Amino acid sequence: MNTDVLIIGAGLMGSSIALQLAMRGCKCAVIDKASPGRHASGANAGGLRLLNRDPAEIPLSLEAAKMWHEIESLVDSDCDSRFTGQLRVAENKSDMAKLEERASMVRAMGYQHEEIIGKKELYQLVPALAPHCVGGLLCRQDGYGRPYHAVTAFRRKAESLGVTFQSATEAYTIEQEGKDWKVKTSQGTFNSSIVVNCAGAWSGKIAGMLNESVPLTPKALMLMVTERLPHFVDPVMGAASRKLSFKQMQNGTLIIGGALVAKLDFKKEKTDLDWNQLAESAKTVLHFFPQLQEVRIVRAWAGIEAYMPDNLPVISASQKANNFYHAFGFSAHGFQLSPVIGRIMSQLILDGHSELPIEPFHINRF
Amino acid sequence: MNDHYQLLIIGGGPAGLAAATTASGQGISCALLDEQPAPGGQIYRSIESVPDTRAQTLGTEYLRGKTLAAAFRESDVEYYPETRVWSLNNGREIGITHKSQSKIITADQILVASGAIERPMPFSGWTLPGVMQAGAGQILFKAAGVIPSDGVVLAGSGPLLLLLAWQYLQLGVDIKVILDVTPLSNHLFALPKLPRALLAHHYLTKGLVYQRDLSRAGVKTKIGASNLQAAGDDLLKSVNYRHLGREHTIETDLLLTHFGVIPHIWLTQSAGCKHQWDNSQQCWRPRHDEWGNTSIEGILVAGDGAGINGARSAEHAGRIAGLQALFELGILTESERNKQAKNDQKWMKADRHIRPFLEAYFAIPQSMLATTDNETIICRCEEITAGQIREAVETGHGGSNDVKYITRCGMGACQGRQCANSVAHIVADAGGEAVSESSHYRGRPPVAPLTLKQLASLTKENRQ
Repeated sequence: MNTDVLIIGAGLMGSSIALQLAMRGCKCAVIDKASPGRHASGANAGGLRLLNRDPAEIPLSLEAAKMWHEIESLVDSDCDSRFTGQLRVAENKSDMAKLEERASMVRAMGYQHEEIIGKKELYQLVPALAPHCVGGLLCRQDGYGRPYHAVTAFRRKAESLGVTFQSATEAYTIEQEGKDWKVKTSQGTFNSSIVVNCAGAWSGKIAGMLNESVPLTPKALMLMVTERLPHFVDPVMGAASRKLSFKQMQNGTLIIGGALVAKLDFKKEKTDLDWNQLAESAKTVLHFFPQLQEVRIVRAWAGIEAYMPDNLPVISASQKANNFYHAFGFSAHGFQLSPVIGRIMSQLILDGHSELPIEPFHINRF
Repeated sequence: MNDHYQLLIIGGGPAGLAAATTASGQGISCALLDEQPAPGGQIYRSIESVPDTRAQTLGTEYLRGKTLAAAFRESDVEYYPETRVWSLNNGREIGITHKSQSKIITADQILVASGAIERPMPFSGWTLPGVMQAGAGQILFKAAGVIPSDGVVLAGSGPLLLLLAWQYLQLGVDIKVILDVTPLSNHLFALPKLPRALLAHHYLTKGLVYQRDLSRAGVKTKIGASNLQAAGDDLLKSVNYRHLGREHTIETDLLLTHFGVIPHIWLTQSAGCKHQWDNSQQCWRPRHDEWGNTSIEGILVAGDGAGINGARSAEHAGRIAGLQALFELGILTESERNKQAKNDQKWMKADRHIRPFLEAYFAIPQSMLATTDNETIICRCEEITAGQIREAVETGHGGSNDVKYITRCGMGACQGRQCANSVAHIVADAGGEAVSESSHYRGRPPVAPLTLKQLASLTKENRQ
């Protein structure tokens, strides 16, 4: 099969990049060794979070936030997104000092999206919260979406513009012949002028085919979801000094996470939940919402994601070869960035540079 | 309860009880965990406490459980009733909750004797109050002596439906009609399997006696009934069906349905044991060898959880698996194991002669497995209809798991137990993935109800 751009990995990033390229008239094919959104893109918590981003990511995240607020105009679906804010709760003075320091750092950079709120506003916002908290850091434009809906919407829109998606297509070898790439896969050979590596946890393997080494660690992040409850909390909740990620979805279920890592057999792609960690997580939730004791956990799972040593993604051209690009290593906070990554990569590929500052994410930093 | 056992048995039905009795007196640390308050499983529920009169109605097969339970009570196996097992992994770690305290325990050998569940079978109106599974009717009678007072319509397929009808007849319940949904063609397909079934003729004789008694008492059975519909606004008012080309309606406020049983595979599935689609039994079951070994070392299966073969077979399989565990633990030599297993292997084989016939005779028609009525709710928890599933397949979500992600089908409180089979059949019927080993939902623990408080009780500070 011949194409202008071959994208390896049909997750959110791959679909978003394909969409933006197709919008600019580029012929793209997306291949995936499993199926679209099978791992991190489908299994993540769906956080649309600008709050507490690494300073380097803030310009990208701000642009992504704008895109999410108008996501329907981009992909013809709202991806079930809601903008109820994201909040980090302070339980004491030292927590509050930590949050204030963060807020002033962000302000000093010229951004206004993270604001400190006091106890009164905290309890107006989350009346159900245990009474001991003292304040918080809030980003009002934040929220959440439904990951699988987003992957599907991005893919469908890209398909409507002529992009082909091929599942169960694993890349075996990647070779450059003249200017063009030859990618041998489990479903035949693809010829392409340009290749983009957004294979998530498997990106290290793809980069390795060019002898480009990246310090990527695959990890399996755990989440659990409860039965449906009457609506009782709006913002997505985090805490200043505890591992907590907690939100109530549109349908009333609670999604509980907090950077908890499952045991992972990467070769076999098997994850094994660590119940002791999930128990700590349950305990943290009950610490903030003791009224939830009898709530039933319906499901727990883990998704396999790529982590970089500095927890920042790789967004750049390859160092080893021309016409080869990388977008991976989002270290469990890529969902919100996905629309803007599509735009950045399409600019990088078609214009040779991106409008947004992406130097901190270059692969040459390792 | 220890943190580690040499042998852990999950389930207190015939397979689990027989395995425990086999493992008793061998000097190993062994425990049996069961959800119920007393031994017996579903088939011998309340066997130790049932009053004599009720026991008589339940019949001689039911009374077999008495001996099993008594032998188990005399064993030296630690017994933990009212214990939920909510997780099992390939490292043989088990997550349990007992007396509101959760715990992770490990074992060298784990026997999963999780039994069967009634096959969930969606049809128009099946979610209406007044429509219940026949198993629930049996539980009410076994445990509390409760029977329908205003008459009942029975519908479905399988020996249990006939048994329940016969038991209700003894108790004077008004059986308005029995709607047998097995098509007449089943009888033809089952015929070649009859000679072998005659080797286990006591089952056939019993079935014929039930049928004779029912027909003598004037109970109408409509064989080959189709287009089953439960009708009513908020409550069941009537049942509609087609028989011999004509539509019928019968008024009733209670419809008990039964469509056979399927293995409870959620534990073996969550552990990652290999499963297979059994075309004859129309269900998934864990792959296992003649000793009960699954694809994961140290995890064994026995009883209906390994494939539907009934209570007597379960008892034999339980003993065989118990011997296998003793062999793996170094208590028995290979030849001792083989010798001691001989009789059970022989009896089990004899007992199973009836199965191919029963499976062919009571096979559920494809039109019910994959309903074409788009309005029928398939996932009761999330209220997803057959139409939504077909639409998802048509828009490129070609596997059960894709359908689950996009529609939320199977993501509710029952964790897909009620809809996994139907979704796989409908997906296949709509042109998606064929019903196969991989078309079942991926297992997501916990496989039994677990509250945040119960989970939090696992943390170090809370451990007792």
